[in-house]
Amino acid sequence: MVNLTIDGKKVTAPKGATIMQAADAVGIRIPRLCYLEGINEISACKVCVVEVQGKPKLVTACSTPVQEGIVVYTNSPKVRAVRRTNVELILSQHDCLCATCIRSGNCSLQTLANDLGIFELPYEKDIVDIPWDKDFPLIRDSKKCIKCMRCIQICDKVQGLNIWDLVNTGGRTTVDVAQKFPNIAQSDCSLCGQCITHCPVGALKERNDVPKIFEVLANPDKVTVVQVAPAVRTAWGEALGLPKEQFTEGMMVAALKQIGFDYVFDTSFAADVTIMEEGSELLERLAEADKHPWPMFTSCCPGWVSYVSKKYPAFLPNLSSTKSPQQIFGALTKTYFAQQKGIDAKDICSISIMPCVSKKREAALFSMRSSGVPDVDIVLTTRELARLIKAEHINIATLESMEFDSPLGSSTGAAVIFGATGGVMEAALRTAYAVVEGKEAPLNAFVDVRGDAERREANFQLGDRVVRTCTVSGLGNAGRLMDDIKAGKVAYDFVEVMACPGGCVGGGGQPIHDGQELACSRGAKLYDLDEKRTLRQSHNNPDVQEVYTNFLENPLSHLAEELLHSNHVKEKNYK
Amino acid sequence: MSRLKIETPDQAQLTVERLYKDLERHIIASPPGLCPVDLQLSFLKVCHAQTCGKCTPCRVGLGQLQKLLESILDGKASMKTLELIESTAKNIMDSADCAIGYEAAHMVLAGMEGFKDDYIHHIKTSKCNSRIHNSIPCVALCPAQVDIPGYIALVGEGRYADAVKLIRKDNPFPTACALICEHPCEARCRRNMIDAAINIRGLKRMAVDNAPANTVPVPEKAEATGKRIAIIGGGPSGLSAAYYLELMGHHAVVFESKSRLGGMLRYGIPSYRFPRERLDQDIEAILSTGVEVHLNSKIGNGEGEIPFDKLREEYDAVYIAIGAHEDKKVGIEGEDSKGVISAVEMLRSIGEDQMPDFKDKNVVVIGGGNVAMDCTRSSIRLGAKKVTIAYRRRQDDMTALPEEIEGAIAEGAELYELKAPHKIEADENGSVTALWAEPQIIGPIDAWGRARPIRADLPLERIPCDVIVVAIGQGVELRPFEEAGVKVKRGSIAALETGELADSSGVFAGGDCVTGPATVIRAIAAGKVAAANIDDYLGFDHVISCDVEIPPVELADKEPCGRIQMKEKEAGERKTNFEEFECGMTVQEACQEAGRCLRCDKFGLSSLKGGRTFTW
Repeated sequence: MVNLTIDGKKVTAPKGATIMQAADAVGIRIPRLCYLEGINEISACKVCVVEVQGKPKLVTACSTPVQEGIVVYTNSPKVRAVRRTNVELILSQHDCLCATCIRSGNCSLQTLANDLGIFELPYEKDIVDIPWDKDFPLIRDSKKCIKCMRCIQICDKVQGLNIWDLVNTGGRTTVDVAQKFPNIAQSDCSLCGQCITHCPVGALKERNDVPKIFEVLANPDKVTVVQVAPAVRTAWGEALGLPKEQFTEGMMVAALKQIGFDYVFDTSFAADVTIMEEGSELLERLAEADKHPWPMFTSCCPGWVSYVSKKYPAFLPNLSSTKSPQQIFGALTKTYFAQQKGIDAKDICSISIMPCVSKKREAALFSMRSSGVPDVDIVLTTRELARLIKAEHINIATLESMEFDSPLGSSTGAAVIFGATGGVMEAALRTAYAVVEGKEAPLNAFVDVRGDAERREANFQLGDRVVRTCTVSGLGNAGRLMDDIKAGKVAYDFVEVMACPGGCVGGGGQPIHDGQELACSRGAKLYDLDEKRTLRQSHNNPDVQEVYTNFLENPLSHLAEELLHSNHVKEKNYK
Repeated sequence: MSRLKIETPDQAQLTVERLYKDLERHIIASPPGLCPVDLQLSFLKVCHAQTCGKCTPCRVGLGQLQKLLESILDGKASMKTLELIESTAKNIMDSADCAIGYEAAHMVLAGMEGFKDDYIHHIKTSKCNSRIHNSIPCVALCPAQVDIPGYIALVGEGRYADAVKLIRKDNPFPTACALICEHPCEARCRRNMIDAAINIRGLKRMAVDNAPANTVPVPEKAEATGKRIAIIGGGPSGLSAAYYLELMGHHAVVFESKSRLGGMLRYGIPSYRFPRERLDQDIEAILSTGVEVHLNSKIGNGEGEIPFDKLREEYDAVYIAIGAHEDKKVGIEGEDSKGVISAVEMLRSIGEDQMPDFKDKNVVVIGGGNVAMDCTRSSIRLGAKKVTIAYRRRQDDMTALPEEIEGAIAEGAELYELKAPHKIEADENGSVTALWAEPQIIGPIDAWGRARPIRADLPLERIPCDVIVVAIGQGVELRPFEEAGVKVKRGSIAALETGELADSSGVFAGGDCVTGPATVIRAIAAGKVAAANIDDYLGFDHVISCDVEIPPVELADKEPCGRIQMKEKEAGERKTNFEEFECGMTVQEACQEAGRCLRCDKFGLSSLKGGRTFTW
């Protein structure tokens, strides 16, 4: 342990800790901007500068290790002046139109400038405006970029996609799509959105599709059908600053009803259908093992599917042909539900609310029109849902909790955990076990697939054979797994991949909290909901059983194949 | 009233003079990978600030050129802009009446020619074409990409054996490079911006002086692959490849035509610069990996020689690293006279411990490179009465390192500048009696910026002598390989950047036999590249790494501080023998020098891009 003094306080910190870590541990929060623990510790912004007694130059707290006996001042006159100048310089290259910024109120730079009392800028504005394809689901606003480099780092180090890079040198150095790609649309971008959720300012954001919602709500001829993904319910209230007890599933349904949507359903219903299809597919492939490439991969995550199509196209046949719950839901809405209600599919506006940016792209794919029209018309992220609620000035406190509508609103615990890494695997195994063994698996039989280890390998006895499974989240981890599979270093039967670290709960469309990773705590909420559900296996969902009895007949039927499966070809359209 | 006064520079001028020096050092330390167009603009700004303001082309034109360049950098230009820049610069060059204007315009035109692609890339993509592969300047400039900041920090902590281990990750000749590397790493050391480059070679020397290479164990080898690689040539390149291939689990078999290993390190570099026992330390460590060596084994189709095709058949891959050991001739009358000897021949016999008899002789060395200096200083040590260097150009134009030239002169060599060899005079026995030289004057500067000598209107000069050493370069002995179908190009083996030969798979080449005579570190780098690509070729992906933990950065102040220079034995003492004359650093010196390192592995861009590579 190392002893030092910070702002007059005696502090003890482990050897190798940074001054920032030592200060954090005793509740002294040194202002910071570019720093992102373990990912971006490059001391670029020079906001976390501190003075070490006896040293003429300031040091950055984020990257300077503690040393025995040093005396640190985090707010000396010199520190205050330097920090202020550096923030002013950053602001001189930042488009400070906060009123029209998507991150206003949740912007680290805004908070910092306000906290430091910067209300006037001494420097001339020098703003770079690089054109961007506004139809792409991910928008970069170069005018807001403060070159903290976090997007580069998260994409390189965590997702392994290397979409962003430094371009130009000298004073013109900035961040842009790496030069090996002609533009963002033709890049390897999987739209995981991790660069958005790790951007401290409003330089990266999803395409704003909220105006489309207002348009459709204003059209009396349209029937609006909303589906909400499992992970959204764990986070929607975060962006509204709601206390925990208020942002429940029921209040979310009530808020959507209040906005005026005709039907509010649960994507979890479609997740149960996904399990029926994907579980059956796995058992079918296992029965004819030599006819299929192995392992079989899950396909619910469009970021992952896009990643496979771009980085490992030879493995496309390994993906389960089952569509994602969003698209299964859309297809059933515009066929089964439309028939039931006697509505023309063309008159339905199918809206999904997702923790994800990649879902915007998925919904627009040509292969996702099995009803003859787009199965899902508008995709909103969790953040857009929060903005919609704000725009409608809904006071959640005055609402009464409501249930999802029927029949596409019921779901089991198995479906709800889809939002967390390992959830799809666990849900599929619960049903596959029941099909093979003729009885339900013991509760918690498959919990080995949960957790935050990089690679969770688990073998399960299914009838007379062992199914070798592996679960990963984050595309960097996925890439390393794919390389090992390709090299024959590892072999599995069934592999679950989610593009975002921690799964959809940590999705790129979720509310942003700078410096915090909330996937784990949000995932815990899903497992809690699972435990509280009376039905915890997809095949036991009575409404799902009814869809099969009245409409699809059985999993992998001709109609099911037509509506609920895809061969995941690489598609060029992205909008 | 006084009519005149003595002009003395005022405070402002003195400060500007100092800033000029600062800027010079900044330019020296300019990191690789910058945008040439952006730099061009900065140069132009400096030039424009020098304009007196009298003439239109310079006063207005240089300003307009800046605006045009800025429009390119801002992504607002078209190909027409490029034409306008070119024509404007030409017109300024043709009409400005002093060098401030026409030389500034000339720089712009030179850039147009030299990096037009960068201009076009900016215009077409609004982005810069430059690429930074390694953002640590010293590492970027080391051909073998040795982890320099890492081992400097280790030396600073007195962890000499760890430093040797870290160097070996990329270079298995730590001793050779500690003593005789030309240290390209120091050229753009960022420390230049403050005072002067770190003495990197000296610090490496500190490591190997305190932890001799043969006492530091080599890393564990990978599991044996059963693959066998023939390596032709036991010099730095061949042995480097052999070392890494052995670590990767392959078996390296070296065929060396001479009686001992080391190549030019033994047969080219005199022992006063690189004592043989120090060379043997590196070789011992390399051989400890299990390299198999066949000495006196020449490749060729002659008697007792091993045919190249046989190696190709019997081995899974072949690496040709034969170096450049063939003499080059001056091509003048009398060159066959007795007493005319080539540099290669002279240094080789010294390497074999057969000392030529130069006692009390007058020796003339023809040439101006490092080899010429080696011959000069060796001749002095062999007891020559007088040693003269005859060189066509001026001392400033010599390719030898300045310290080598100065060392030779200090040891008593005479330098005859601007003397081109004309003919060699011999007596009735055919023994040399003199070199006849054509006096030169220095003339126009060629495209590479070197002044060319031209014949002076003066009579020939006679330089009496008993021995002439011809040190004007070496060639590659290509014949046996050409006969076996290996492609050659301009006197060297034609290998790709990867070391592969374009049309014969499994055959690799590198070092002097590909580049022509070059530095030891380039030969080592070629061996490293070959080892990696041979491993790939054989279907493996072995990783070379080093588990030494690099010391964290200390909170040290970076106040200006002089560079520790290596000390040498005084000239009068050292010139009498072949003992090493350079002295290593003391612990005090090494600690101070290591502390000067700015740790570009942590500060600057390397914490984001192009930083330390832990494995290859």
